[in-house]
Amino acid sequence: MSEVVIRAEQLGKRYRIGEREVYRALRHVLGDALKSPLRIFCRATPSYFWALKDVSLEVREGEVLGLIGRNGAGKTTLLKILSRITRPTDGHAEIHGRVGSLLEVGTGFHPELTGRENTYLSGAILGMRKNEIDAKFESIVDFAEIEKFLDTPVKHYSSGMFVRLAFSVAAHLEPDILLVDEVLAVGDIAFQKKCLGKMGDVAHRGRTVIFVSHQMNQIRRLCQRVVWFDAGHIRANGPTAEVVSAYEAAMAAGEITASHRAGLPNEKARFLRWEIVEPRGSQPNVLNYHGPLAIKFIVRVNEPVRDGQHGIALYDSGRQLLWGTAVNHLQLESGIHKFLYSLPTLPLRPGVYSWRVTLFDEQEMLDDWDCAPEFLVATEPVTHWKDEWAGILNIPSRFSVSSMEPVSVFQEKRS
Amino acid sequence: MGIVPMHAAPLERPVVRIAPRRGWLQLELAELWKYRELLYFFVWRDIKIRYKQTAIGAAWAVLQPFLTMVVFSLFFGALAKIPSQGLPYPVFYYCALLPWMYFASALQNATNTVVEHQRVITKVYFPRLVLPLASVLSGLVDFAIGFLVFLAMMLYYGIVPTRATLLLPVFLLLAVLTALGVGLWLSALNAIYRDVKYVVPFLVQFWMFASPVAYPSALVPERWRWLYALNPMAGVIEGFRWALTGHGQPPGGTLLISAGMVAVAVAGGLIYFQKMEGTIADVV
Repeated sequence: MSEVVIRAEQLGKRYRIGEREVYRALRHVLGDALKSPLRIFCRATPSYFWALKDVSLEVREGEVLGLIGRNGAGKTTLLKILSRITRPTDGHAEIHGRVGSLLEVGTGFHPELTGRENTYLSGAILGMRKNEIDAKFESIVDFAEIEKFLDTPVKHYSSGMFVRLAFSVAAHLEPDILLVDEVLAVGDIAFQKKCLGKMGDVAHRGRTVIFVSHQMNQIRRLCQRVVWFDAGHIRANGPTAEVVSAYEAAMAAGEITASHRAGLPNEKARFLRWEIVEPRGSQPNVLNYHGPLAIKFIVRVNEPVRDGQHGIALYDSGRQLLWGTAVNHLQLESGIHKFLYSLPTLPLRPGVYSWRVTLFDEQEMLDDWDCAPEFLVATEPVTHWKDEWAGILNIPSRFSVSSMEPVSVFQEKRS
Repeated sequence: MGIVPMHAAPLERPVVRIAPRRGWLQLELAELWKYRELLYFFVWRDIKIRYKQTAIGAAWAVLQPFLTMVVFSLFFGALAKIPSQGLPYPVFYYCALLPWMYFASALQNATNTVVEHQRVITKVYFPRLVLPLASVLSGLVDFAIGFLVFLAMMLYYGIVPTRATLLLPVFLLLAVLTALGVGLWLSALNAIYRDVKYVVPFLVQFWMFASPVAYPSALVPERWRWLYALNPMAGVIEGFRWALTGHGQPPGGTLLISAGMVAVAVAGGLIYFQKMEGTIADVV
């Protein structure tokens, strides 16, 4: 058995609720002080929440470990602690070897600098030495396939080129231990495959990889062992097949619909609520009409979004994806915005469904919301009266019958 | 995978211990030294971007102090007739503006640096101290360019360097450390209270009038001198004038008090910044 390279014991991370908004607080601090001058002396008891609690974990050299769990379960917090971005509140960990963390593609890239300059800058930020970057430079450029644009500022790159270069730099980091957070969701499919191949390489050379993903097929392909996080705790830790199946079963049972967003990286934008605006019923989340409908999502933008992407998905209660679409290049000023979807019809069988909406800015995830409340379809069932024959769509259809004489058939063919 | 890959055991693998922060100040200078190349890259990038984004690039490093010098010479000098220790007004003002403009911009850049790098800070580890250090150091390039102009002025006005000029690096170092010390405080504070960013321009303006930029410190009444000396930039600027031109008094006692204040500012700044460092990624 190879040796243990990461040993974490009872790691815990506590955030003060609303801590991320602390930076706006001077005004409030002063305002509160004016309103009740005495209050400032007796501190309000802050409320805390544990993003991670009592997490003990061992990882052996050469292992590829997958971390799964829904948003806010603590996966990213663990990666941040192991990569020393933030300190734990409790517990301790010991890491043997050089750690490379890849929590985002393009960390430290500056749009004004050229591809060549960014390669050095981003390499240095990720922890490479200059002579190391010198030695790997050719290989980085080859992998990214951007030779011709090396001396072009990256602000003129297409998003695909940008991602390729950024990932290529990171992929050449060659640490003993690589921590990866869901970064492979970007880029085109072909390049994703190339990256996965590269990561496989890393693992085969005896390096240790910890990998966060929501894509179970990636987890199945890459990881030997999986840890499932739930509400800051480890819920299961074992062979990939077992843990992933258990996780999927739990998700199918509807657990995912809980709207947990505590672990989101920032407060730049938040989806606040959603409702059906047309047809207006007594309840804003219940659809009881077959015709055209309009649905709005209210989003609060705290920092302007420059190159936003917004995605929407509709799931059924078994977490089967029914429909999805996305828009690119959104520009949103700070403030409250309304995203409005008009659909000609939504022919779903009566039941419980859920929306999921996402907002990204330049590949950075701002929000990913499993919308609450759930979307209830209460239209009249117009499908087969025997459930197993009803299918998933609820489409009103008209039926007519008429007899056709052989002659008329013949005539029709002729005409 | 049943097969453990065979490879030579790495000779020395760094061991990192992760635990909640204890104690007051762990300087971790060795850690900082390990990241010296990153410091270099940050400085290099700051300079590169500053000159790339502006239409006339490096000319700003000359124009800013030069035009300010012209304005000061006209209004404080020719109109207000402020005594200039027997120096031509352009020389009198330029050798004060050189360190002052360096200080003012270093302070502003240091204040903003943590917030500007919030994305990097929340995504990758490096000693955060690198950021304010880089912003304080990158200003030195502008300073060097501005200094070339001063050399030309020395030729024009026939000013001969004295032995005092050898002390110039000491005064420059003092200016760098002052900017660093105060910058550490402000950058950490700015991460918590964004208002700090708006306070700094005022702070810089008031500070300039509390420093002998527009006037010689000889104008300050004798009994208030000790208070005046608490401002380290007073020693720095008087020192610059004296070292570059040989006019004015050598700032002896003032300099000692200034150096003491700088030491306090840097030590306090380091403690405060380090206290913030562990949680800065949670706040920005």
